[in-house]
Amino acid sequence: MPGLYRDHGVVLRTIKLGEADRIVSFMTQGNGKVRAVAKGIRKSGSRFGARLEPTCHVMIQCYRGRELDVVTQVETVEAHRTLREDYNSFTHAVTMLEAVDQVAQEREPAPALYRMLTGALRTLDTTPSPVITPGFYWKLLSLEGYHPHLDGCVRCGAEEGPFVAFDLAEGGVLCPTCGRLGGRRIAPEALTFLSRLVGGELHLAMAEPPDPLHLLEVERLGIAALEHHSERRIRSANLL
Amino acid sequence: MTAVYAGPVQRLIDELGRLPGVGPKSAQRIAFYILKLAPEDARRLAGSIVEVKEKISWCRRCFNIAEGELCQFCQDERRDRTVLCVVEEPRDIVAVERTQEFRGSYHVLQGTISPIEGIGPDQLRIKELLTRVRDDGVTEVILATNPNTDGEVTAMYLARALSESGTKVTRIASGLPVGGDLEYADEVTLGRAFEGRRTLDP
Ligand SMILES: [Zn+2]
Ligand SMILES: [Zn+2]
Repeated sequence: MPGLYRDHGVVLRTIKLGEADRIVSFMTQGNGKVRAVAKGIRKSGSRFGARLEPTCHVMIQCYRGRELDVVTQVETVEAHRTLREDYNSFTHAVTMLEAVDQVAQEREPAPALYRMLTGALRTLDTTPSPVITPGFYWKLLSLEGYHPHLDGCVRCGAEEGPFVAFDLAEGGVLCPTCGRLGGRRIAPEALTFLSRLVGGELHLAMAEPPDPLHLLEVERLGIAALEHHSERRIRSANLL
Repeated sequence: MTAVYAGPVQRLIDELGRLPGVGPKSAQRIAFYILKLAPEDARRLAGSIVEVKEKISWCRRCFNIAEGELCQFCQDERRDRTVLCVVEEPRDIVAVERTQEFRGSYHVLQGTISPIEGIGPDQLRIKELLTRVRDDGVTEVILATNPNTDGEVTAMYLARALSESGTKVTRIASGLPVGGDLEYADEVTLGRAFEGRRTLDP
């Protein structure tokens, strides 16, 4: 469909193009993932200014191209300045952007994914909590059809806990016997927290975050599961 | 891409294709340009590549480019060694020098932290910066990384890493471009410009 279109979108990443341009990837509300050229953006005094930096939530107007679209107008919806001025919040936000970039398909509308991302960024900006990013990873995995199986051992079906490991290929927990044969070790407390997260208790989890070590285990496992699912590394996770 | 040309030509195309911003098509175009060059022109090009690698290396103090152990700024006795301006690349030093506002010394990070590219602090000259600040009696560190996302993230990281040193850490101001119109400024840039406002002396 040629011509101009308008949409809401979050800037996922930018890549330098030529002398002064950038290719900007957006997760949009109505058009799925969109890649568009922002001409002259690297010159100081560009009319795009700082509106097209990663995490920015913007209203864009683009001209539809064969491969790449061209950005013709940008207005800020949410600048997420607080988030971008905190090292910890920002690096976490970038891992979410990268995960979305990997699962979203170009020009295939995915409004739920868009809503999840804008919601998570807004929360990270206004009420930062270490629970937001792991919560986002696991919600994203569920949305992608990779809902973790936490109520019984995925190998032998044992329903009695405690479960001690997580099998990435099977997407669920392992009992002590099956866990001896493989899977990633994980503390039972971390698994309890994970079931609260995937059970939609994000706000409760934010109110009483778990022990930082268990939180980190759930975050790491989320990244590993995303990487397993997309078969690609989440490079920004190196900085967490 | 499979090799389609005779050995030496393909080797040249492959080497050129590794240069930043040069894709396979451009590499091929440049290779055929070189093939058509007069022998002395080709030799001068090859010679300048060899010469730059033999004569130029990184300054062992600030990691600017240097002919010898130290760069021109680290050799200059008149430069204040207690004030450090931290930049991303050697070319940024040229930009700062053009302002004629700065008489201190430099430290070149040789890149930025880039979460999106997975480039962390360990891949930059940050450890060396912290050592210099600790050992050389540095009183002020001016963070002059670019005002884009990676530059800001790097500045935030450095501000945190330097917080225990007791040294004053400053960030170059960012705001409206001189010669620009207020109505075209974006919210972040204009917000920064308001924060960085200064008193005008009558
Ligand atoms: Zn089992
Ligand atoms: Zn030097």
